Amino acid sequence: MKDWRYWLAEQRGTLLALGILIVMFIIYTSNHPAGFTANVVQTAANKGVLLAFVAMAQTLVVITAGIDLSVGMIFLLTNCLASWLVVGTPMQTTLGVIAVLAVGLLCGAINGAIVIYGRLQPIVATIATGAVYYGIGLLLRPFPGGSVNEDLADALTGRVFGVVPASLVVLLAVVLVIWVPFSRSVLGRAAYAAGSSETAAYMSGVPIRRGKFAAYALAGLLAAIGGLFLTFFTYTGEAAYASGNAYTLFSIAAVVLGGVSLFGGKGSALGAIFGALAFRTIGDLLFVFDFDPLWQPLFQGVILLVAVSLGAFALFRVRNRLEWFL
Amino acid sequence: MGGIANRMPKFIRRADPAVLTAFACIVLLLFLGSLYSRSFLSPEYLLQQLKVASFLGVIATGMMLVILLGQIDLSVPWSVAAGAMMASAAAAYGPAGVALAIPFGILCGIMIGIVNGIGVAYLRIPSMIITLATNAVAQGLMVVYTGGFSPQDSATGAMRYLATGFTIPGVPNAVIIWALIGAATVFVLTRTGFGRMVYGIGNRERAAYLSGVDTRRVVMIAFAVSGGLSAFGGVLLAGYASKAAQSMGDPYLLPSIAAVVLGGTSILGGRGSYLGTVAGVILITLLQSILSVMQMPEAGRQIIYGVVIVAMLLLYGRAPASR
Repeated sequence: MKDWRYWLAEQRGTLLALGILIVMFIIYTSNHPAGFTANVVQTAANKGVLLAFVAMAQTLVVITAGIDLSVGMIFLLTNCLASWLVVGTPMQTTLGVIAVLAVGLLCGAINGAIVIYGRLQPIVATIATGAVYYGIGLLLRPFPGGSVNEDLADALTGRVFGVVPASLVVLLAVVLVIWVPFSRSVLGRAAYAAGSSETAAYMSGVPIRRGKFAAYALAGLLAAIGGLFLTFFTYTGEAAYASGNAYTLFSIAAVVLGGVSLFGGKGSALGAIFGALAFRTIGDLLFVFDFDPLWQPLFQGVILLVAVSLGAFALFRVRNRLEWFL
Repeated sequence: MGGIANRMPKFIRRADPAVLTAFACIVLLLFLGSLYSRSFLSPEYLLQQLKVASFLGVIATGMMLVILLGQIDLSVPWSVAAGAMMASAAAAYGPAGVALAIPFGILCGIMIGIVNGIGVAYLRIPSMIITLATNAVAQGLMVVYTGGFSPQDSATGAMRYLATGFTIPGVPNAVIIWALIGAATVFVLTRTGFGRMVYGIGNRERAAYLSGVDTRRVVMIAFAVSGGLSAFGGVLLAGYASKAAQSMGDPYLLPSIAAVVLGGTSILGGRGSYLGTVAGVILITLLQSILSVMQMPEAGRQIIYGVVIVAMLLLYGRAPASR
């Protein structure tokens, strides 16, 4: 096979997600009363980017064959924290942003330490740490409120050169600064290898523990970037349990739509980003078609159910029934 | 092991260390509680705790069955809510509706469980994912259902009687129900072929399949039972609060998983006893009760709760060191 066919086979999930996104976005904008304008794109981007950050976070953990059910809660916690810290002079704001990101990194590192060095199952461990993070968030913001440096917030949620949504630029920057170096580093490869076959990776001397730990910690950081952005959009902090849960759930949906294998070792954060943007666009289709917003949770649930059921098509390729049981 | 272990009574030697730890923690919690207030050891308080625990106990029973298979059921929150809301709603349709309210609520839970079961057993979708998805769909259905018009949401007399009445003087009905369900579960798990199959699949599904077990059907039934028991828990809760509400299932997901896992059931499946789950349920309920008696705000409760679960799991829930 030629090189480009290998590349194509590897990127199939990502490209499929990009395709879904483009089709959905065309349907969305062509039925939107305002049409394809910079404003519509900006609003859609701002909504989608939040989920894209959380989905990227989920991807890092899913690649190691784990799952992080606390991403939504880290997202909430950092939102509440940012509504206290990201205020004041440019200097204070910068320090605040750094502090918020550090807290996200710390949350992720705690998850990683418990799962990897404590040898607990990721599902149970992250549900429990998620409760802790939610509790801390609620402690910080028992009632919705707070504020944020509005200059920074408007700059990051506005448009660059009047056309390109700034949030997409930030998303691209985060991909270039965090995802690309990570996925090409030894640690990133170790994370992939650990997800693909932990035993084989261990036998080959791959630093699986450090790789997985880095994946969990960076997941916390990415969720914190998402939390910061939520603060920039809403200007407030709020510890809403349902919203945290929804983000966790949607991050998994985005990851699945983005072609990342839940069994680990396969997929890319780019796919998850496209998956997240596509998922948001599909959810918003209801509005352009003038449905009652009441139907939105059901609609999103059905999309999720269909998306995860698509994985079942792999069953048709099973030659030996024993392959049913992983 | 040697000398000391041999001199201990047989039942202690045979017991799972995790179950013993869980019971030890219960005693410790009661002791700490009694230091805080004398009334912690009064029979009224303990009976009240047992009654509150029985709702979690019913839900955790289904969760345990699924976890024994090495799967997990994350659709508990809206299975509970759907059971409660549908049972209450059925009561609006005349006397027949009132009579069939409880079975109808449970049936809705079983339907959710069957969807989960089909996804996990036949479509081979990871249980964590498909149950999250059905949870979202169930939520969507309930939102659509309650949003369009306001359905009846108050519990029927029978539901209230099951949750709060007394058939035997001094013993709340809810506790009796939990005891019956528990006894049936112990019987099924230890005395029937189905129980053996559940443990077998939890240990190694491939081996169970090659031994001639229809593993897919067993998994499917387990999920259906889990959904049904969650819904039944919701019915009882609605009876207890005399009202069904949308988010009533949310506080039961983490506790039900925690109760099962703290009771020594392996999250990887194949290992665990119902006695452990009972211990886990009582432990969680006592912890919640003590935190609320101390008037701990919701935030503090969540934090302590998560920390305690992680700490206890680190004590005895760790996976073996790899390789």
